[in-house]
Order: sequence, then C-alpha cells, then structure tokens
Amino acid sequence: MSVIAPKFRLGYFLKGIFDNLFWIITLVTLAGIPAIQIALFFLPLPIIDGEILTAYLAFTWLFNPTMQIPLIKTLLYSDLFRIAAFPGFGFAALIAAGTIFVERKMLAKLQLRVGPFYCGKIEGILQLAGDGLKLISKEIIIPAKADKPLFWAAPVLFVGAAAAFVALIPVAPGGWVVADLDVGLLAVFAVIGFFPIITILSAWSANSKFPFIGGIRALHQMVSFEIPLILSLLGVVILTGTLNLSEIVESQSSFPWIIFMPIGAIVFFIAMLAELERIPFDLPEAESEIVAGWLTEFSGMMYGLVQLGSYLKLYAFAALFVIIFLGGWTGPVFWPPLETELITEGIPIPNYAGDPILTVATPGLPLFDKDPNEWVLQQQGELMYTSGQLLISGVIWFVLKTVGVIFFILLPRGVFPRIRIDMLLHIGWYKLIGLSFVNIFIALGLVYAGVIGPGGIL
Amino acid sequence: MTDKLIPTKQMPPGLQVDQVDDRIMTLNVGPQHPGSGHMRIIVRIDGDYIVDADPDPGYVHRGEEKMAEARNYILNIPHLERPVIHDSCNILYPYVLGVEDLVGIEVTERAKYIRVITAELNRCIYIQYWLAIYGIFLGHSTMFMWPAGDRELLIDLMEKITGARVTHSYFIPGGVRNDVPANFEDVCLRQVNYFEKRIKEYADVFYDNPILKARTEDTGVLSREDAIRLGTTGSVLRASGVDYDVRVKEPYDVYDDLDVHTNVLKAGDSYARSKIPWLDMIESCNIIRQALEKMPKSGSIRTKLKPNPKGKDEEVYRRVESGRGAAGCHIISKSKPEPYRLKLSVGSFRNLIALPYLLKGEKLGNMPAVYWSLNYWPVEADR
Repeated sequence: MSVIAPKFRLGYFLKGIFDNLFWIITLVTLAGIPAIQIALFFLPLPIIDGEILTAYLAFTWLFNPTMQIPLIKTLLYSDLFRIAAFPGFGFAALIAAGTIFVERKMLAKLQLRVGPFYCGKIEGILQLAGDGLKLISKEIIIPAKADKPLFWAAPVLFVGAAAAFVALIPVAPGGWVVADLDVGLLAVFAVIGFFPIITILSAWSANSKFPFIGGIRALHQMVSFEIPLILSLLGVVILTGTLNLSEIVESQSSFPWIIFMPIGAIVFFIAMLAELERIPFDLPEAESEIVAGWLTEFSGMMYGLVQLGSYLKLYAFAALFVIIFLGGWTGPVFWPPLETELITEGIPIPNYAGDPILTVATPGLPLFDKDPNEWVLQQQGELMYTSGQLLISGVIWFVLKTVGVIFFILLPRGVFPRIRIDMLLHIGWYKLIGLSFVNIFIALGLVYAGVIGPGGIL
Repeated sequence: MTDKLIPTKQMPPGLQVDQVDDRIMTLNVGPQHPGSGHMRIIVRIDGDYIVDADPDPGYVHRGEEKMAEARNYILNIPHLERPVIHDSCNILYPYVLGVEDLVGIEVTERAKYIRVITAELNRCIYIQYWLAIYGIFLGHSTMFMWPAGDRELLIDLMEKITGARVTHSYFIPGGVRNDVPANFEDVCLRQVNYFEKRIKEYADVFYDNPILKARTEDTGVLSREDAIRLGTTGSVLRASGVDYDVRVKEPYDVYDDLDVHTNVLKAGDSYARSKIPWLDMIESCNIIRQALEKMPKSGSIRTKLKPNPKGKDEEVYRRVESGRGAAGCHIISKSKPEPYRLKLSVGSFRNLIALPYLLKGEKLGNMPAVYWSLNYWPVEADR
C-alpha cells in the first residue's frame, strides 16, 4: 500500500510550530487584547487595597511586581472567572476540543487510517478550528414549515443545559466549582432531565419526518436509561450520606467507591453511553436508517452548537463518573511538601487558631494559594501543603482520570455496531434496572453490616 | 394488510403526522438518503414497524443494452462493464463467453487460467466494497475502513495485471488483453495469502461480535422455498440453504478442473446472508492458489481475432457466477458485426424482488441490514 503521510522532517516540524506561533501572536494582538480591553471597560470591577480596579489600573499593576499577584488572584477568585474559565465553560470546552481531536486520531489509528493530518501541520491539530470556521461561514437553512422560535432556541438550549451540567462539577479541592450545592447530585439529575425535552422539541419543531422519528427515539432512549442512571448512583449516596459532590469526593480520600460498587459503576457507564448517544446507542442519529436523526435539519453553526453541547455533556458525564466512583481529585500530591520551621524561642505570636506557636515556611505558590497564611494539613503524617499545591495536584489527577474515562467512552465507537431500539429498551428497562437494584442492596448491606458508613469500621 | 401484521397494537393518537392512513407514515428512503444507494425505497411505517416497502429502482438506468446494439463486439467491452465497475471482470465474463461461441474461436489454456484468477480477484474486490458498506450501514465504522483499505491490496495487484485500477476491460473474445507481468505468480500468491490472513481477522471485530449477532440474526428470514420461488440467486440463495453455484453446477472455462467448495448456510437471515460473501472470499483465495499451481507457465494468452468479427446467425446464452449471483448474457446475432439484441440478466435485480417480502413486518432499524444483505447493487440492476 502506498504511503499517504510524508516523512517527518525537523524543518517542517519547526516551521509548523513557528507558523502557528506567528498566527497566535498576530490574532492575540489584533483581536484578543482589544477584546479584553473592551470587556474590562464594561465589567463591574473589584476593589483591591481600597482602590477600584479600573482598566488603567489593571494594566499599570500588571507590570508592577508588588501588585501583580493580588491583581491576578482577585481575578482568579472572581465568579466570572469560575463561570467562564476554569472550572466552568472554558475548561470544559478545552477538554471537549481535546476529546474531538483524540477521538478522530484514535479512531483513525484503530481503523488503519491517518486521520486529520495537514491542517495545522502538526498531526492536524487545527482541524477542529478549521471545521468551526467552516460551520460559522455556512448558511443557516431553516425548513419552511418549521416552528421557528423553538427551532432556533433548541441548539442554544442544548448548549445551555450542557453548560449548566458542567457548572455543577467540582474540579479541585477548596471549592473549585461554579455552583457548590448541598443537593448537587439532585441538581445533576434535574439538568439531565432537560435533554430529552430539548431533543423532542427541536425534532418536533423541524416539522420533518426523519427528525421526528429521531426525536421519538431519543425520548425513548433517554427516558428509559435515566432510571438506571439515577438508581446506580444511589448506592454511593447511601454510603456517604450526602448529595454534595465535593463531599462525595472527600469521602474517597483513602479508597474510591468503585471498589465496593463495581456493578453500579458498570451500570452507570452503560447508561451514560446511552444518554450521550455514543455508538452502540446512537439510535437517535442513526445515519443509515433516519438520515441524521433529530439533527437532520440543523445546518451551519446550529449543528456546531449541538455538537459542542454534546461534547460538553460528554466531559460532564465522564467527570461525574470520576467524582462518584473514581475519587475525583484525590491522589498523591505531586509537589513535594514544603519545609516548615517551628520557632519555640522568642516572643510567641499566636497563629490564626490561637495557638502561641509561629510556624514559618518558605512561600509555596503565591499565585495559586488562596490565602498565604492558611495552611492545609494533610491527614497522613504531618506534611504541610498549601492550597495552591493541592489545587494543582488535584486538577492534574482530575484531568488524568477524566481523560481515562473519556477514552473508554470513545473506544466502543470503533468496536461495536449500532443496536436496535427494542434491544435498547430491553437492556434499559430489564437488565440495567435490575442490576442497579442489586447495587443498592449491596450498599445497604454494607451499611447495615457496619462495614462502611456512620459508625463503620472503614 | 396492516391489521394482519400487527393486529392488537395501539398507538397514541398524537402520532398522526401523515394523514394518508390514520397511523401510517410514508418515508422516502432514497435517493438522497445515506442508507439507500442510487435507488428509492418507499417505506410505510406504523410506529416502528414496516407495513409496506416498495423498491423503486431506475435512477441510474443508462441503456447499456440498447447501446450494445450500435457497437461491434469489441467496442461493447468497455461499456458493458460499467454497470458494476467493482466487479468488472465478472460482469463482462458471460458476454465474452457468448461472443466466443458466436464467433467460433477457441481460448488457450493459459488465458483460461488467467481469466479465472482475475475473476476471483475481482470477486474479492467487489465483496470487500460490499462488506464495507454493510459495515457502515450497521453503524460499524471500523468495518467500513478495514475492507476499504484491504481492498487496495488486490486493486494494486489488478493494476499490475491489467493496467487499470477499477475498469479493467481485460477479458476479450479469444483470451485476455495482455499477458501477466513476469513475477506474477509470486506476487499474487503473497498478496492473496496476506489478504486471506487479513479477512480472517474480520471475524473478531465483526462476525463474532455479540451485538451484531443479536442485531442481524432472525431478521429478514427468507425460507428455502421462498428463496427458490422468488428466483433469488447467489449469496441470498446459498444463505437460505440451497446448494447452487454456477461455478460448480455449470462449470465454465477451467472451473471443472478446480476444487470449488460451495458455502451454504441454513438460517436464511441477514446474518447468514452477510456471512456467505465473506466465506466466498476465503473460498476465492483457495481457488486462486489452485489456479496458480495448475496454470501453464508459458503459452499464448490470446487467439487472434480478425478485425470487426461477425457473429453467426444464432442466439447464445451464457452464465457465470458473479459477486452477486448468477450473471447471464443473452445475445441474438444476425450475421452482423453488431449484436441484434443483447440482454444482461444480473443477480442484483433478481435479489431485489425479495426486498418487499423481507421488509414487511420488520422494524425500521432492520431496514439497512436487510436491504444491503441482499447483495444488491443498484447500478447493475438498472443497467
């Protein structure tokens, strides 16, 4: 067979990197910085050191060594940053984009192909950007007899619901979550319940036959798989006694729940594939049967928005799996513990807890520490970590685990054919619900036997 | 008819999208539909059940048979292979055999073996293409890419032999157009052995896949009696338990010297119909190896034909086993350089007849699996 890909050459590789760098710098200078300036002009600005932060002050302080860190930290801990950038939409969209790239390349390797190769010059890394530009530049066609307001609203609602789901996901210790609710898991179920409604509304409003069949299929699929999805998580709720996702993660600091709940994890994983319309369960978009299912009439960026929403949903589900079953951000801290020094002589200065001992440490990560004076004590031993250390380590563990779960979500696409709707309902209503009840009984047995839970030995 | 098939099924009243018949929705599957090919199936569904399916071929009718009446016997060769370019040797085979009978020339032994080898290679090329589409119709994208990639092995081999990748125009009355390259035996044996090793791996990912089995077994069952009554042929007939293969029953060229095993399955469902072509590919590899052994190492590959030959004043009908079943060619000659009338009888069109019988009462999700398992090639059926 002939070789499609040209041989690797260092010159081409470097040229690719420098070309990309050139365009990034150009675009940031011409578009990015003006956009930030304009945004800063209109935003309600925080107060630092008794001064209202204006755009002018922000740029002045950005180059002032003493004010840089307070400025950046104020922005870092603002609500806007949480919603738009780190635990919220931006972070999720970044992982979603990475997922699309990895999916294409991995599937290509599985099928003895090359995959995206030329766009971006390094393994087709800019293919997604090219596809996005193409979708934006395409005309949006709406069927003549469609219910236009609903049809327009559907992609936006879909992305909105997916973003709401992302907002409930805690990413790192110390409250790195957009909405830290005591009923976080219930809120997740409520948000998941929106997706079938949006799907069926968009399918029905298109006033076309194939989208209608696809919408009905999506409704059947999502409704029948939501019950095992919810029931499979109840075991963990029984064991931990909380619905708060951050507390569920903290309960797994010594071992993840998948050790005790493998059945629940498997049921949740299968139900998750069905909710995401991934390949063994991609009936609502079955290409050879009903053109593109409920997406048939979407064109241009409307289709792009639905795709973005579905990949955000994929990230959120994988993250939920990590949080419930794999221990979220828990794991060994990468960063070495900082050396502390105990001063026992001289004038005793009480620390914030009131003890007359002053502990002095070398400053750790001033940018990421929430409060430099606040120390977090790890359970094991007397090792001292700053909150910044725990943040970075937690994010790394969380991303690693999430990427692992995403890999297993992507893998069936290359291995399995599509199943049929009656088989799907049979699996959902009959097998998975039974298995999830078995899982709940295991959890109850563990609690009543006194192994885990309040008063348990673990 | 609806009441007979689904007697007690109650549907909610909100589903009346199409007012043709209170509960019936008509779907136009094709020709723009991604799961149809160059044809249309008018499917009427009640809920998820197909109550009526009406295949509507003819979108790619090109009048090949009429065109043949205006061209002489040699000029007919390139355009008669157009109906199914992926199987161009086999679709041309009956025409060439018929013209040889009409003109009255003998074919040399070496040319006969070369013909059999290229015909079997071409059958594999066609089945790989068919299998790729069967895979993507079931949503199995790996099964789309693997056969489409492995097909290149044999296409490269055919390119070395004939000079063209797809439309070979290789068979001519009296032999083959040109001789095979010098080290043909070694290259062909190596490629075919590797190819066979590859296609046996398909069982792991596709044919033994539990989801695929659950999906296609017991769908679109065609009984042995129905298969004979409807006049199906090729893999559809063999999957229903009928031991029929033109290569064995009416051997042409050198097939009677070779040991050809006919694959027969009893089930008659979509799974059996999809497995028979795959078994046929393995059998083709065996035939090619036998033919390479027995082929004369040297000799003439073509009996010289006088320019613009005239046929006798008689009719001739020859039949071969193509990738889709028996392919026949009926030529009426009136002592002229052109045929008076030429009729191609192809497997695709015969198998299509079974489609409405099979789809009735099936679920909509089974439609692509049943449709494509019939080994139907729309372009060939339209001719």
